[in-house]
Amino acid sequence: MIPAASAAVLVAALVLAPLGAVMIRAGGLSALTAADLEALRFTLWQASLSALFSCLLAIPLARALHRRRFPGRSLFIAALGAPFLLPTLVAVLGLLAIFGRRGLLNGALQALDLPGVSIYGPWGVVIGHLFLNLPLATRMVLQGWQAIPAERVRLALSLGLGPAEIARHLEARMLRAVLPGAFLAVFLVCLSSFAVALTLGGGPRASTIEVAIYQAFRFDADLGRAAALSLVQVALALVALAIASRLTLPAGFGAGLDRAQPLQLAPGLPHRLIDALILTAAAGFLLSPLAAIALRGLPALGSLPGQVWQAAFTSVWLALGAAALTMALALPLALAAPRRIWAEPAAMLPMAASSLVLGTGLFLIAQPFVAPTALALPVTLLTNAALSLPFAVRLLLPEVRALQADYDRLAESLNLRGLAPGCGSSPCPGLPARRALPRASRRPFRWAIWAPSRCSRMGAARPCRSPSIS
Amino acid sequence: MKTALMLAGCVLAATPVLAGDKPVLTVYAPEYFTSEWGPGPAIEKGFEADCGCDLRFVAGDVLPRLLLEGEKTEADVAIGLNTDITARARATGLFAPHHQDLSRLTLPIAWADDTFLPFNWSEVAFVYDKTKLANPPKSFAELLDAPEGAFQIAIEDPRSSTAGLALLLWVKHIYGDKAGEAWAKLAPKVLTVTQDWSEAYGLFTEGEADMVLSFTTSPAYHRIAEQDDSKAAAIFPEGHYFYTELVAQLKTSDQPELAQKFMDYILSDGFQSMIATANWSYPAIEKPGFLPEGFATLPRPATTFFYTEAEAEALRAPALEEWRANFGK
Repeated sequence: MIPAASAAVLVAALVLAPLGAVMIRAGGLSALTAADLEALRFTLWQASLSALFSCLLAIPLARALHRRRFPGRSLFIAALGAPFLLPTLVAVLGLLAIFGRRGLLNGALQALDLPGVSIYGPWGVVIGHLFLNLPLATRMVLQGWQAIPAERVRLALSLGLGPAEIARHLEARMLRAVLPGAFLAVFLVCLSSFAVALTLGGGPRASTIEVAIYQAFRFDADLGRAAALSLVQVALALVALAIASRLTLPAGFGAGLDRAQPLQLAPGLPHRLIDALILTAAAGFLLSPLAAIALRGLPALGSLPGQVWQAAFTSVWLALGAAALTMALALPLALAAPRRIWAEPAAMLPMAASSLVLGTGLFLIAQPFVAPTALALPVTLLTNAALSLPFAVRLLLPEVRALQADYDRLAESLNLRGLAPGCGSSPCPGLPARRALPRASRRPFRWAIWAPSRCSRMGAARPCRSPSIS
Repeated sequence: MKTALMLAGCVLAATPVLAGDKPVLTVYAPEYFTSEWGPGPAIEKGFEADCGCDLRFVAGDVLPRLLLEGEKTEADVAIGLNTDITARARATGLFAPHHQDLSRLTLPIAWADDTFLPFNWSEVAFVYDKTKLANPPKSFAELLDAPEGAFQIAIEDPRSSTAGLALLLWVKHIYGDKAGEAWAKLAPKVLTVTQDWSEAYGLFTEGEADMVLSFTTSPAYHRIAEQDDSKAAAIFPEGHYFYTELVAQLKTSDQPELAQKFMDYILSDGFQSMIATANWSYPAIEKPGFLPEGFATLPRPATTFFYTEAEAEALRAPALEEWRANFGK
């Protein structure tokens, strides 16, 4: 448990110390305004709906992806990761190319003399978040499907159970184990939404807590209010976490032998048609904005200034470092989570932190000792690792829980101890680590590549600047 | 989405006092300043030509950073401040007088500030595409009373963008107590409210928005840099709100002579003749030949107005509340 405890302390310190530093500097917390409370209401509304729809739509999509094999399937799954990795503004422009006023969809509707649709307003925010997070939820649910032991599915098939019975006896239980976590992840991501909420939200009614924090910093120079809002964010995240873990039930499938899944799931034309329809609709919604971005971006690739390639190189090695660090933190925390109540909250905490408060707090902490600029790269690496941690742990957790349920007693009876790093003296086979690690380590890598690109938006050169003095 | 860190604020080049044998002048500037599209490179080249020094820009959120650093700041000069934050900047007591003769300024408004020096200016305005919008509004009243669906505007959020804040004050100046009603009328014509200027302008150039809240000088960019004469600013007889960017030197500078020399450079012909196309705005001192062809022929509003620092600061919070209550989106 010592590595897990150290990881938890490190992560908690990284999130809470900056918050504390901002509070100390502000000399306490300031009261929230009426506008802040409205932002809080809208934040909860949009985050809940975004998470709900992401999860609801992820179920049929993940099921179709699990049941069907078609050319380009793995490419499709890989492309699902893309919206999540895009800088938000680019993602929004991609969405607008399809769903905007002058987008393809409205063009087609107009050609057919049908009324157009608008992507602006509170529901636009939800649609934007759906585009960004449905892929994330789908990956999590798909992983749940793949984790149902093949033996149970084969048994069900040999008993002559149809898709409806399989859904009731196997899939419903798997979803009960996976969905609360997926909901939580999307909810937390949307909790701190900023650019999507502003651009698609259409106005002040659709502003989030993160916007209020930005205003407190930028216009009111009210660090106390920024800290208070940030505390509200952390509290919301912890409440959501508590609810999600109450709702999560172990799937309880028992151990399998890791055999290949049987492929004749849900045969018959109607089922195949439904899955084809779902996959086509998902591809239309998720891939067409990506295609629009690619079409626009590819021709310009050659004309990028050299500094972009240098920045890309920095991003890659930063990502490699952050991915390694994320795994070093995620593995002990995930392995400790079923036994230690603090492990999961510690791992999820970075998602609740406002990036503005985090950055300002770290600046305040470093300033008395060293020029904060000297710490730029290590701090970027550390914070990127911390921000990837919740995703890594979320992906590892169902796996760890299942494997511990399946093998703990066996390991105990054989007196197997300390095989995996992070086990200490508790029974904890190295198996979960060895099985869960390869899958989970992919996302932090992508996440970390993606994160520095976000930094540059907040900080250095703006992506598209032309005529103004603003 | 979890926006990544505001580290940028603390992630910038270290700033020694000497670089080799040359003294270093550290200038805090907004993010866009130092990009290749910003005015930073031209200013650096112009000043270094005869200062015998090394000018180093540190890009980030200028005032929030100065507030955090206080008297320990390494900044010698802060450039790119906006009028909406001068009250708070002044209250820090960190800034020193600029020692410039302000009678040389050719701004459309009177400027008597002995600390914050304007180096360029423009007015906020709604910019549109002449080839797409056949009947642009000819006045602010016409804009508010336009039939539904005539056009869709992208504006910036007054809580996150200085252009958005200027619009807030513009509306307040024209409509006073009736500003709330004006916002309620404007709301249906607004496509969306963006975080900053570049997002709103992007929606406009993509064709998603028919008009965008920008500046009277924005069309000059399209004319000169893109040889495109299709963009125009709608000029309203009610008048336009003044927008300027400021520079000030810090009291705590360890290079006070260099900092003063930089302040002198700001109003020099070299700087003022270059700023129009470097930052797509009017120079603070306009002399014959300072404006290139496409710039000099831009239509200008008959009236330009401006709230003093104290007035603007007093109006900001209630006007924001009025906007929030009446915008209804």
